[in-house]
Amino acid sequence: MDLRELYQQVIVDHNRNPRNFKELPPPCSHAEGHNPLCGDKVTVYVHVEDDVIQDVTFQGDGCAISVASASLMTEHLKGKTLSQEKDLFESVHDALTKKDSEIDLMHFGKLGVLANVKNFPMRVKCATLCWHTLEAALANQKSVTTE
Amino acid sequence: MSKSAHNLETFFDVERYRKDFPALHQEVHGKPLAYLDNAATAQKPQQVIDAISNYYSNHNSNVHRGVHTLSGRATDLYEGSREKIAKYINAKSTKEIIFTKGATEALNLLAYSFGEHAISAGDEIIVSGMEHHSNLVPWQLLCQRKNAILKILPITKKGELDLALLPELISDKTKLISVVHTSNALGTVNPIEDIINIAHTQNIPVAIDGSQALPHTAVDMQALDADFFIFTGHKMFGPTGVGVLYGKEAWLEKLPPYQGGGDMIRTVSYTHSEYNDLPYKFEAGTPNIAGVIGLGAAVDYIQNIGIHNIQAYETELLNYATEKALAFDGLNIIGQAEHKSGVLSFTIDGVHPHDIGTIVDFEGVAIRTGHHCAMPVMNFFNVPATARASFAFYNTFSEVDALFVALEKTKDMLF
Ligand SMILES: Cc1ncc(COP(=O)(O)O)c(C=O)c1O
Repeated sequence: MDLRELYQQVIVDHNRNPRNFKELPPPCSHAEGHNPLCGDKVTVYVHVEDDVIQDVTFQGDGCAISVASASLMTEHLKGKTLSQEKDLFESVHDALTKKDSEIDLMHFGKLGVLANVKNFPMRVKCATLCWHTLEAALANQKSVTTE
Repeated sequence: MSKSAHNLETFFDVERYRKDFPALHQEVHGKPLAYLDNAATAQKPQQVIDAISNYYSNHNSNVHRGVHTLSGRATDLYEGSREKIAKYINAKSTKEIIFTKGATEALNLLAYSFGEHAISAGDEIIVSGMEHHSNLVPWQLLCQRKNAILKILPITKKGELDLALLPELISDKTKLISVVHTSNALGTVNPIEDIINIAHTQNIPVAIDGSQALPHTAVDMQALDADFFIFTGHKMFGPTGVGVLYGKEAWLEKLPPYQGGGDMIRTVSYTHSEYNDLPYKFEAGTPNIAGVIGLGAAVDYIQNIGIHNIQAYETELLNYATEKALAFDGLNIIGQAEHKSGVLSFTIDGVHPHDIGTIVDFEGVAIRTGHHCAMPVMNFFNVPATARASFAFYNTFSEVDALFVALEKTKDMLF
């Protein structure tokens, strides 16, 4: 196995120049994700209107995989509906964590570069952290809108 | 490689010792393994592996419980290890050597039993700002239970204890000082003799977490005069699941037991149990017999090489690695104490430690990345994590070279 399969050029680029790397002011919701094992920390901010993700950003401190994953995630999700987001979360999660997953991340544009992380089991959590954090931020959002 | 390094490698026959460690001789991702994660756990020499397998193959039996031959042999081997260890650390008596499942259990035992004996609301315990979580959290739990106060002796930017602040921290409420001998996160060797002197002038007992000291340096309980001293077997080439709490006999006599069960009592009725003598009062249940025997074999092994030879060689090795680190562009050494041992903790600008770990692993180099169970230390240096290379006497100068070649790759990969 070649290490370049993990550190693909897109990942290196998003790590060095993360997109949407900023806070969003309230009333958007946010959540913090933390991986105590390696010290990765990420905060995801999301602004939803009419079931559409108007804006999603992140901040934090983490390895190249976690930063690139968050950057790619925010880039991909801007303008998507909540149900599209749900599908995507499940696809990414399935593709990275299920041994015999049939999901091919290559169908999701640039997110395809995350597919190989599966071959590096010690690094899967780095890639999924931001996705779980987004879920938490959205759950918070939902409870706010249902009130 | 520098000339003096070369000389040393011939003076200290590292290749000869490496032959004793089967796990060192393998390839990882097609490269020869350079095992530089010794502060997490050390590899085991064949002599230790054989001692454990010999016990299970030929003498397996419970200790202190039977009149039959095998039980007698198992007991002799188990108690023989205790004698070796007592002698090795120059304890006054084997009663002062309590076997636990590791440093963590030893520290929890101490926090519980010492806490029951000596701590009431408002009392104070001092630990340092560079403790492994296992010498921090048990004291926090104790302080919560007893409404006591935990005070922290700060560290300096170099990663040394700010000893000048210790007298100010001590009050007439201070009941115990517990500090790490050698920091697993920074490599700092603390002036424990001075701390013990300062504490003893005020009749405060001192506990020392020697987990990272034993693999690298000699310790002498009677000369040091620590009241308690803790270490763990697997970092000193012994098996996992065994550790030692040394305590001065007078202290151990006073402390109540930690766990109840078999072996720790003399007589039991439904209303009353009379505790067994030391050290058995603190060794409830069937102990890790094979582990203790393996630890005894590890002590033999270290003594055969000579801990002073080990220390001399490792000093050169760490100096060599430090020189290379200082010359490496963008590398920041975390922990630059005057006295260090075994550990090179660092960050590289623009590369997260976790990526460093994965990339060097592909070059066969095993290092630890993360917070090293010392989150307050990471916070102090304002880093989420560090990469840490940690050395044992079986590491070579060329393995240090391999580390720095591998570190160059992080730049190729991530820039
Ligand atoms: C300084 C220090 N203290 C305590 C421990 C805990 O040892 P163990 O996990 O074997 O109980 C370690 C190792 O992890 C350590 O480095």
